Amino acid sequence: MMALETNINNLVRLQAVPPDWPGGFWGHWVFFTVVIIGFVLTMVMGVIYIERRGMGRMQSRLGPNRTGPFGLLQPVADAIKVLLKENIVPTAADKLVHWLAPVVAFAPALMIFAVIPFQNGAMLADLNIGILYVVAISSVSTVGVFMAGWGSSNKYSLLGAMRNVAAVVSYEIPLVLAIVGVVLIAGSLSLNQIVLAQDIPFILLQPLGFFLFFAAGCAEINRSPFDLMEADSEIVAGFHTEYSGMKFAMFYLVEYAEAIAISAIITTLFLSGWRGPLLPPWLWFIIKVLLVFFAMVWTRTTLPRIRIDQLMAFSWKFLLPLAVINLLVTALEVLASPAGLPWVVVIINLAIMAILILLWSKFFFKLGWGRIEV
Amino acid sequence: MALKTEPFVLNLGPVHPSTHGVFRMRATLDGEVVVDIEPIFGYLHRGVEKLAEQRTYTGIIPLTDRLDYISAMNNNFAYCLAVEKLAGIKVPERAEYIRVIMAELQRIAAFLIAVGAFLNDCGAYFTPFLYMFREREKIVDLFEMVSGQRLTYNYMRVGGVSQDLPEEFLPALRKFVDEMPRFIDEYDRLLMQNEILLARAKGVGILTKEQAINASASGPVLRASGVKWDIRKADPYSIYDRFEFDIPTGTVGDCYDRYRVRVEEMRQSLRIIKQAMAQIPSGPVRAEVPHLIRPPVGEAYARIESPKGELGFYLVSDNSIAPYRCHIRPPSLINLTALREMVRGWKVADLIIIFGSIDITVGEIDR
Amino acid sequence: MKFERYGIGIIKGLSVTIRHLLRHPTVVQYPEQRLNISRRTRGNELIWNQEKCTGCATCAKSCPLGAIEITTSTNPVENKYAVEKYQIDTGYCIQCGLCVEACPYAALYFSYNFECAKYRRWELVQDKEKMRETPERKVSGYFYPERATKLPRQTLLIERITEKD
Repeated sequence: MMALETNINNLVRLQAVPPDWPGGFWGHWVFFTVVIIGFVLTMVMGVIYIERRGMGRMQSRLGPNRTGPFGLLQPVADAIKVLLKENIVPTAADKLVHWLAPVVAFAPALMIFAVIPFQNGAMLADLNIGILYVVAISSVSTVGVFMAGWGSSNKYSLLGAMRNVAAVVSYEIPLVLAIVGVVLIAGSLSLNQIVLAQDIPFILLQPLGFFLFFAAGCAEINRSPFDLMEADSEIVAGFHTEYSGMKFAMFYLVEYAEAIAISAIITTLFLSGWRGPLLPPWLWFIIKVLLVFFAMVWTRTTLPRIRIDQLMAFSWKFLLPLAVINLLVTALEVLASPAGLPWVVVIINLAIMAILILLWSKFFFKLGWGRIEV
Repeated sequence: MALKTEPFVLNLGPVHPSTHGVFRMRATLDGEVVVDIEPIFGYLHRGVEKLAEQRTYTGIIPLTDRLDYISAMNNNFAYCLAVEKLAGIKVPERAEYIRVIMAELQRIAAFLIAVGAFLNDCGAYFTPFLYMFREREKIVDLFEMVSGQRLTYNYMRVGGVSQDLPEEFLPALRKFVDEMPRFIDEYDRLLMQNEILLARAKGVGILTKEQAINASASGPVLRASGVKWDIRKADPYSIYDRFEFDIPTGTVGDCYDRYRVRVEEMRQSLRIIKQAMAQIPSGPVRAEVPHLIRPPVGEAYARIESPKGELGFYLVSDNSIAPYRCHIRPPSLINLTALREMVRGWKVADLIIIFGSIDITVGEIDR
Repeated sequence: MKFERYGIGIIKGLSVTIRHLLRHPTVVQYPEQRLNISRRTRGNELIWNQEKCTGCATCAKSCPLGAIEITTSTNPVENKYAVEKYQIDTGYCIQCGLCVEACPYAALYFSYNFECAKYRRWELVQDKEKMRETPERKVSGYFYPERATKLPRQTLLIERITEKD
C-alpha cells in the first residue's frame, strides 16, 4: 500500500497543470464536442484514404487516385455516393430496430473520444475513471450491431451479429486485463494521468500487454484477422448485408471510428499519447494514431481470417491466461519497485513476453479443428 | 450440456462472393455447423453439348473455350485430341511441342487463380489473389502474343495450332520461366506457413484415398489425397512421355494438401516448359486438314489432365461435318460430387474454403 | 494442431506485404497510359477487301454463329460473282477468327482496334462501307504474319516490370 501511494505521489508531482481552455463549462463542452466530431469525421476520411491507398500499394496496385489530387477526395466522393443511394428496408425487417441500429452503434463510437486527451488536459471530460468509461462504452456498439443483425431478418446478418456478440463478450476480458496492467503502473484510471506517467512508453514496460491489447482490440472492432463478423467471403457482409444509403454509411463510419478509437486508446495507453519531442502534442497524437492504424491495415492485407471456434479458443486459451500472468507479473514489479519502474524492467518484461508466448504456443495452446460429428 | 437447436437452411449463392461464379448451395446449418448441403447446378447452362451437334468440327473449338474459361487452352487441346483420334490425323512435331507449352502455361495460370481464390476464401483480403493475377497477367500476355486474345484463345486447331509462334515469343517465355520460381517462392513466404492458414486449412475437409477414388475425383483433388494419378503419366497423350516431371501428391487429403499440390504442380509445369523449349523443332505447325472435316463413322474419347482434373471429350461421328454426339466429362463437376462428404460437420467458414479448395469453374459444371 | 511455429509464418507474410509497399505498382492508368496490344490482336471489327473477295461465302460457312451475311449476284459479263451485300453483326461475333483463317483469297482481316463500343445495338452491324481498310481502321496481323511485322511490338508485363531485390 505504501508503495502504491508513493507511486501516485510521484505522478502527481510529474503532472503539469492543464492549460486553461476558453469559456466556462459550456464553452468547454461545445468546443470539444465540435472538435471531437470534426476530428472523428476527418480522421475517418483520412484513414479510409490511408487504408485504400496503403492496401493498394501493398497489393501491387495504386488504389484510388482519380478524385482530386492523389485521390484525396475519394472518401468525399464515396460519402456523397452512399448518401444519395436509395434507402432499402427489407419487407420482413423489424423496421424500428432496423432503423435504430446504426444510431445505437454510432453514438458510443463517438463517445469514446470524450475522454481521450489530444494534448495535455485537452479532452472533453477528464474523468478520473476514464479508461473504465472507455471499456464500458465501447461494448455498447455491439448492441447496435446485434440489433442490425436481428432486425434485418436475414440469415447472413444474424450469423454475423451472433459472431460479433460472441467475439466481443470473450475479447472484452483479455482487453480489460491488459489495461489493468497499464493502470497498475500508472496508478490512475484517468487517461491524461496515464499519459503523464509514461516517461518510458508503456509499450516497453508492458510489451505483452500491448500485444494482448492489440489482438483483443482488433477482434473487438472486427479488423482482420478477426473480421469474421463481416467476412465477405463467407457471410457476404455480415450484419450490414441489408443496409444501404445513409444507414450503411453510418455502419461504415462506425467501423472506422471504432478503429480510430482503438488506435487512439493504444496510443494513449502504450505509446505515451501526445508526448513527443519537437512537434506539437496534438500532431504527435495524430501521427501515433495513424501509425497504429497502419499496423491494422498491414495485418488486414496479409493475414487470412480465423474461424469462429478458433476465435474463441484464441481468446480463452491464449489471450486470457497470458493476460492474467501479465497482470500478476506487473503487480509484482510495481510492488517491488514502488518509485517508478526502472529500465531493467523493460528487458525483464520483454524476456517474460518471449518466454510466455513460446511456452503457450508450444505446450498449452491448441487451436481446435472444430469438427463436430453430426 | 447440449442445447437442442433447430437446423435452418441457408442459401449460398447463386450470387455470393465466394461461389466462384453462379453456383448455388443449399446448406442446412445447425448454428454455425453444416449439417448437410445440396449443390444446385444449372445457373450457367448454355447447352454446349447440344450446340456442338450443329457445328462443324472446327466451329466447336470456340465453344470449348467457354467451358472452363480459366483454362481455355486445355479445353481446346482435349477437344482437338478427340477429333484427331476420330479422324486419324497426325499432328506435326512442332505443333505438338507448341501445344504442350501452351497447355502447361495454361495450367500454371489456372493454378494461380485457383490458389489465389482459395486464399481469398480463407480471408486474406485479395492480396494473394492480386499477386497471383500479376503472374497470370504475364502468361496471358504470352497467350495474347500467339493467339491475339486474352481469355478465349481458340488457338489450337484440328491437326495442329492455328499459327506458328511469333519470333519474340520464345525469348519472352524464357524470361518468364526464369523469373517465375522466384515469385512462387515469394507466395510461399506470404502464406504457405502462416499459422492462421495452417489452422484454417490443415485437417479441414479431409477426403480420404478411398472416398476420392469412389467419387471418381481427379486432378489435384485426387492427388492431394495421396493417389499418384496423373493422366500425363498414366495414359500419356500428345508427347508427354518425352518429358521428365514428378507428380506431387499430398498425404492427408485436406485443404492444405490440395493447396500445396497445386503450388508444387506449378513448379513441375515450369520444368516441362523448360524441357519443351529446349527440344522444340522447326517445321510446319498444322497438318493438311480439309476445311470441313468428315471423320469416318465411329466414336472416340480423348482425355487430358486439365488443371481441374481429367477432362474428356467423347465424340460420335456419323460421317457428316458435325458430330452426332459430343459429350464432355468436366472434372469440376465430378470433383464436386465429393463436396458433401467433405463439408459435413464443419463450420460455414470451412464450407467456403473446402469449396474453394476443390477449385471449380461453373462454366464447365453447367456446360 | 498446435500453434507451433511461434508466429514466424505470420511475420514472414507481413514482410512480403511491406516489401510490396515500396515496389512499383504493376497497374497501368488506362486511358492516359496505353500498352501496345498484340500484333495478332483479334480486334472488335473485321476488315474486308472488296477487290479480292470473290463472294464464295466460305467465311459465312465457317462462322460458328452465323454472324456473316453475304448476298451475291452473278455477273455474266465478267464471269464472276458480284457481292451485293456483305455485312457482319459484330454484336454476335465472338472474334474466334475462323472466318479470317478460312478465306481462301486473303480478303478478310481482323482490325487492330479494340475500342469499338457503340451506343446503339444496330451500330454494331458492319456493312461494306464500314469494313474498308482506312488509316483509322488498321489491319491486325492475325493469320497474316507479313502484316504483323509492320505493327508496333506488343508491350509485355514481364519486360515492363523490372524487379530489383
